[in-house]
Amino acid sequence: MDSLSRRRFLRISAATIGATAAAGGLAGHLAGQGTATASGPSGLQKIPTFCDICFWKCGAIAYVQDGRLWKIEGNPDDPLSRGRLCPRGTGGVGAHVDDDRLKAPLIRRKQRGEDVWAHVTWDEALGHIAEKMQAIKARYGPEAVALFSHGLGGTFLKHTLKAYGSPNIAAPSFAQCRGPRDVGFHLTFGEEVGSPERTDIRNSRCLVLIGSHLGENMHNTQVQEFGEAIAKGARVIVADPRFSVAASKAHHYLPIKPGTDLALLLAWMHVLVTEGLYDKEYVAQHGFGFEAFAAELTPYTPEWAYPETGITPEVIRETARDMARYRPATLVHPGRHATWYGDDTQRSRAIALLNALLGSWGRKGGFYTPVSMDIPGYPYPPYPKSDKGKVDNPGGRYPFALESITTGIREATITGKPYPIKGWMTYATNLMMALPNEAETIKAIQALDLLVVVDVIPTEMAGWADVVLPESTYLERYDDVNPEVFREPFVSLRQPVVPSPHDQKPNWWIARELAKKLGLESYYPWKTIEEYLEVRLTRAGLSFAELKQKGIIHGPKQPVFYDEGVAPEFPTASGKIDFYSTALRDKGFDPVPKFTRPAEPPEGMFRLLFGRSPVHSFGRTQSNPILNEMMAENEVWLNADVAARLGLEDGRYVRLRNQDGVVSNRVRLKATQRIRPDCAYMVHGFGHTAIRLRRAVGKGASDAQLVTRYQTDPLMGGTGMNVNFVAVEAEA
Amino acid sequence: MARYGMAIDTRTCVGCMDCVVACKTENRVPEGFNRDWIAYEAVGRFPTLHMEIRSERCNHCDNPPCVTCCPTGASHVDQFGRIVLVTHEACIGCKACLASCPYDARFVHPDGYADKCTFCAHRVKDGLDPSCVAVCPTHCFTFGDLDDPNSAVTKALESRTAHPLLPAAGTRPRIFYLD
Amino acid sequence: MTPELFLTRHNDLIDPLVHVWSWQIPVYLFLGGWVAGMMIITGYFMLGGRHTRRSPLLSALPGVGLVLLSLGMLALFLDLEHKCYVWRLYTTFQWTSPMSWGSWILLLVYPVLVLTWMVRPPVILEDLSQTIERVSGALQANRQLVRAIGIASMIIGAALGVYTGILLSSLGARPLWNSGALGVLFLASGVSAAAAFAHLVTRSPDERALTVRIDNVVLASELGILTLFLLGLLAGSAPQVEAAGLFLGGPYTAPFWVLVVALGIVIPLVIQILAARHLIQHTPIAPLMVMAGGLALRWVIVSAGQVSHWAHGAMRMH
Repeated sequence: MDSLSRRRFLRISAATIGATAAAGGLAGHLAGQGTATASGPSGLQKIPTFCDICFWKCGAIAYVQDGRLWKIEGNPDDPLSRGRLCPRGTGGVGAHVDDDRLKAPLIRRKQRGEDVWAHVTWDEALGHIAEKMQAIKARYGPEAVALFSHGLGGTFLKHTLKAYGSPNIAAPSFAQCRGPRDVGFHLTFGEEVGSPERTDIRNSRCLVLIGSHLGENMHNTQVQEFGEAIAKGARVIVADPRFSVAASKAHHYLPIKPGTDLALLLAWMHVLVTEGLYDKEYVAQHGFGFEAFAAELTPYTPEWAYPETGITPEVIRETARDMARYRPATLVHPGRHATWYGDDTQRSRAIALLNALLGSWGRKGGFYTPVSMDIPGYPYPPYPKSDKGKVDNPGGRYPFALESITTGIREATITGKPYPIKGWMTYATNLMMALPNEAETIKAIQALDLLVVVDVIPTEMAGWADVVLPESTYLERYDDVNPEVFREPFVSLRQPVVPSPHDQKPNWWIARELAKKLGLESYYPWKTIEEYLEVRLTRAGLSFAELKQKGIIHGPKQPVFYDEGVAPEFPTASGKIDFYSTALRDKGFDPVPKFTRPAEPPEGMFRLLFGRSPVHSFGRTQSNPILNEMMAENEVWLNADVAARLGLEDGRYVRLRNQDGVVSNRVRLKATQRIRPDCAYMVHGFGHTAIRLRRAVGKGASDAQLVTRYQTDPLMGGTGMNVNFVAVEAEA
Repeated sequence: MARYGMAIDTRTCVGCMDCVVACKTENRVPEGFNRDWIAYEAVGRFPTLHMEIRSERCNHCDNPPCVTCCPTGASHVDQFGRIVLVTHEACIGCKACLASCPYDARFVHPDGYADKCTFCAHRVKDGLDPSCVAVCPTHCFTFGDLDDPNSAVTKALESRTAHPLLPAAGTRPRIFYLD
Repeated sequence: MTPELFLTRHNDLIDPLVHVWSWQIPVYLFLGGWVAGMMIITGYFMLGGRHTRRSPLLSALPGVGLVLLSLGMLALFLDLEHKCYVWRLYTTFQWTSPMSWGSWILLLVYPVLVLTWMVRPPVILEDLSQTIERVSGALQANRQLVRAIGIASMIIGAALGVYTGILLSSLGARPLWNSGALGVLFLASGVSAAAAFAHLVTRSPDERALTVRIDNVVLASELGILTLFLLGLLAGSAPQVEAAGLFLGGPYTAPFWVLVVALGIVIPLVIQILAARHLIQHTPIAPLMVMAGGLALRWVIVSAGQVSHWAHGAMRMH
């Protein structure tokens, strides 16, 4: 077992690595110097692909001038982007020209975390990994290697891992993000919300956002539709401890006390039920257990909710009535990052129930029923079966988890129970920032025989690895076909628009070559990626050539609303919308959500909240030179009056100290009226410590570092992270 | 000849900076410089707040002080759409125009000449919108000929009240923010 | 309620506050004003027929002017960001641009200075060149011509001294400069600096007495102009009132009142008045303070003017 002396991160010494490519700043790249292509075609090429800066997969068109990437615009034919990318996608050029990118495979030469690396060939790197993986398989079984993957690019690595024999594949997006929401809706309607969310915002006449900060949270289609809805005069209701951009568009801004959203939701439902404002016909037709549900709501009056939430009974009633006025085109947005307080599944279920009362599920302006094209998978041999089963949720401890729980795998890695995990592979996810309580992640890493990190940039996670594999950016590679699940069916293609500047490789190549080294060639019968794509598309009756040329092929339009002919189906325990959930009751949980009062911040401390910026994606874009220019560091928001009382002026640098004594990096203070006095807010993804990220290192503070405590949701294992408190101290 | 201007809807602008990024890549704006930017203006006391978000740039004024002060005529009102442009090879880099602009819209390009938003004249000549207008996810921009009674921008300005920036400065800006 | 205004822009020389002009411009303004003052004084001397006898100032000032103006123009050139194109100034005349006016005026200043110098050149030059001796002889004989040169020197000098103030005041975006008093202020300051220099260097007691008197009158009037300048701002629009505040409690209060007013005008004025009345000895300290004060005036006005701004409210840049 490797012990470590001191945490230091990826620093590639010039002695062991060949000279990095000369790069002369962004202007140089944009003007056509810098990382040049050897001999590219002259003139202007417009090549369709889709973006990978976040997970939305917006269709894009890359403009390549004389072989060099000039700019990226939206593909007008793409239903997600409708010809307009978000600021991150528009700044995607920066990902390609970022001179801090990983350039070559690396193997650590000393202790894990001491960051002495050697540049090796792919053959050596993959050979080393395969050797270790075979050793683990021999001693512990193939289940002992787990893959943490985020994004479409992980499909081939998942394939290799499954072929190898491991069922332990997880994405942080479940237990650290949208998991509770999907489970909450699944328990109510029998289906998850999905990604992209099945929200029909553009037709909503009343939009309710609980903490959702659309406009700063840049889900492209949703922000576009948000703009449409506002332009059409939709009623906007926002409940948020912070006066977000969305709050500034709201007719009703509810400055709710953090952690009390469930009380507000229950009170709203109480009003709708007691005043008879809900969609009676819809509920009668589709609902199960409504009377029992209504009975449970009795104590949740607006008067009861007022002291819990800080929202007056008059406002609660008025906003509830507003929602009813516009139903069924009233959408209570399900949110996305839902892991807040540990009761998040029940809160999301409450949102689902509220929508059910309003009759918005399956209705225009509410939720549509997503459709997709059927692209059969590649005909592979069957994967080996595992007797051990997955490690993340032993005995179904979290009975309603729909996907693998990343933190469950981590726990098993630390404890060795129910069985040991000795190898981790990560793809496009920086677990040091994604998982709560990094001390546990480090502890888990120490128990590993093998840690492989596949990424584009040298993140904190890469600093801990045994082997770092540099991936090509999305602009330089093919990925698996993407049959999108959306309001209309279509399939999109990601293809290279420029070559990789150094020794980076696409994920499909890495996965295939690793498979070969593991003796799993039979799982990769195709010789080129084009062949793979051609086979899949041809089996679906589509032309690869056409898809390459257009980037998008549409399927036949299908109905997506009940009014258009979609048959209402609810794969729940009752077969209907579970207002009362027998499934929950039978497992000992509340069949109708109940409110738990959150803890008060300790004296002199503030609840730490975090969110999104429209120019960044998590912690993966701070190195992008264009996006870094847009926002180089985050700030900590504190109420202006509170800051004045603390003697801290706007713009000065401070440090945050959390309840466990963890002190953040220096971070700029934003003293503003736009936040409640009892909380502090930061944009997630900053405060990098990976020193190879020269542009990003030491800029701003990391909320992830301060999330040392978390509340695990007993229903599905989600890790509620808004349960940490910070004191704000002037920087000496 | 046309007289180009813009109407920008503050109701739908979410301040996402897409316009800033698009301008940067389209026009190869040098690192560290912005031809356009976002202004967030919040007023009030928590929780009773009002916030206006604006995408700002050179206003291509009808009475441009940056043109009157230029000693070489490099800064000029172009025949094409009456867009205010800088002829790079005529600019001596005296920076009077930078000091003359009440909107702080200009900067000195690393190559030495005064630079700013050009309304993407190179795109408009080909019948395209400026790149900020074309990229905006909430479609908050309307660009066109202010002298054309049927243009989208004229119609937008007729449909709602709007305010330009610093009207008392006397510059007669051609960008209007719909209330 | 002061709004919270946050801009994402961070352009060099513009954010967080405009500072496009640093030392080069105040130095040029000072040198240009000084030369302008010298041209006016020498022109005045020529109108008064002083060229008919030995005049240390007429022999020295134009030559000094040629050197100082060249240094000033070098400073201007150094300020340019696109230096290779400086010749473009002379391919056109932009009548709305005071800077264009100035660039042509500067061209005229040189021949006028040379002509002025030729009227009563220093003996060394006459010894060196027969041509100069002949030219100066011819000029001294022709009183009408010398008068004309004198008038030209005063007019061109005045133009040189005033146009920079007009240039700044034409930049409406800088409320501090938005004053009709600025041109006159710079002219007066230039004349007082020139007069101070004159009575510092001249060996003629007669010239010294005259230039001390000129200096004192102009210094006193400078106080009056400054008062009108401030009052004008305070009676103006909101941005102008806010701009005046930079000197009345704002960040430029001390430099303005201490360096420009007290050390640059009031104290040397008192000293020079007392010396003129023979109550104390003449001292070179006073004229040196006047000249330093002239430079300080330019520096403070140029710096504070760029800070003054049309927008209100709390500003914070990214």
